[in-house]
Amino acid sequence: MEKDGTDVTAQTTDPAEPGTGDGSGTAGAGPAAGAGAGEGAGRGRAGRTKLVSGPGIVLVWLYGVMTVGAASRSVYQIASDFGRAPLAYSLSAVAAVVYVFITYTLVRGGETARKVALVCCALELVGVLTVGTWTLVDSSAFPDATVWSYYGAGYILIPVALPVTGILWLRRSRALTAPAASA
Amino acid sequence: MLVALTIAVTVAALALAAWCGFAAYRDQSTKDWHFAGMAVVSLLALVQLVVGIVEVARGEKPHDGSVIFFAYLIGAALAVPVAGFMSLTERSRWGSVVVCGGGIVLAVLEVRLIAIWGG
Repeated sequence: MEKDGTDVTAQTTDPAEPGTGDGSGTAGAGPAAGAGAGEGAGRGRAGRTKLVSGPGIVLVWLYGVMTVGAASRSVYQIASDFGRAPLAYSLSAVAAVVYVFITYTLVRGGETARKVALVCCALELVGVLTVGTWTLVDSSAFPDATVWSYYGAGYILIPVALPVTGILWLRRSRALTAPAASA
Repeated sequence: MLVALTIAVTVAALALAAWCGFAAYRDQSTKDWHFAGMAVVSLLALVQLVVGIVEVARGEKPHDGSVIFFAYLIGAALAVPVAGFMSLTERSRWGSVVVCGGGIVLAVLEVRLIAIWGG
């Protein structure tokens, strides 16, 4: 809950941000109009915080690609020859589950989903950094590659870039909808 | 036959990625002509899937095994259509970015396919 405190300061320091898209037309309308514009831009038809509009769709798509990649890879590896590299294949499966879950929360939207997705992105980042460093330090533990080996170099480093982008996007979505939440 | 088709799909996918990347750069959403381009690339990938099935049915053995081979062929056939539908729901430059990414992913899949097929 201490996170709320930092977010409140963030929303008060840049109150103009939600209104910038609309600001030229409603220059004299004051902060209330700005908050309204922010609510309109950030809320979907279902009343949930929409996480897949604008740049968010690129994020969802990237997570979808990584989900398919990690899931199909781990299913194939575990089904065909699990004994060869149990650690690597288990970690691929964990990565796949994390990707599935984040993709789902992003598509679903809403404030709870946004918070859960933030936590998962942080977990994902920790996972990528841990496994990436682990493969560098002790490659003998990994007879075969995982999705997160060498920070995801086999996937053009998308696995390490994705959680960082995700966290930035999810924090920004919060800033956009914050006026509506506090009103 | 399959390798030639793979190269054709790679080139077409990269062209589509560049085209939609340019649209995103100019802050434009995907237009009808982009969807025609996506249809062409998707059709090529579908033909590739059929040719792959025929080649394996005729007794050819992909170097890395037919399960991985078909998984990549199916993924390649789906990459651009899925990106296209997502760009339909997002009528802004970000929809174009998704299709651009779809083309790049398809090209990567094709490069991997050559290794899976030939070793």
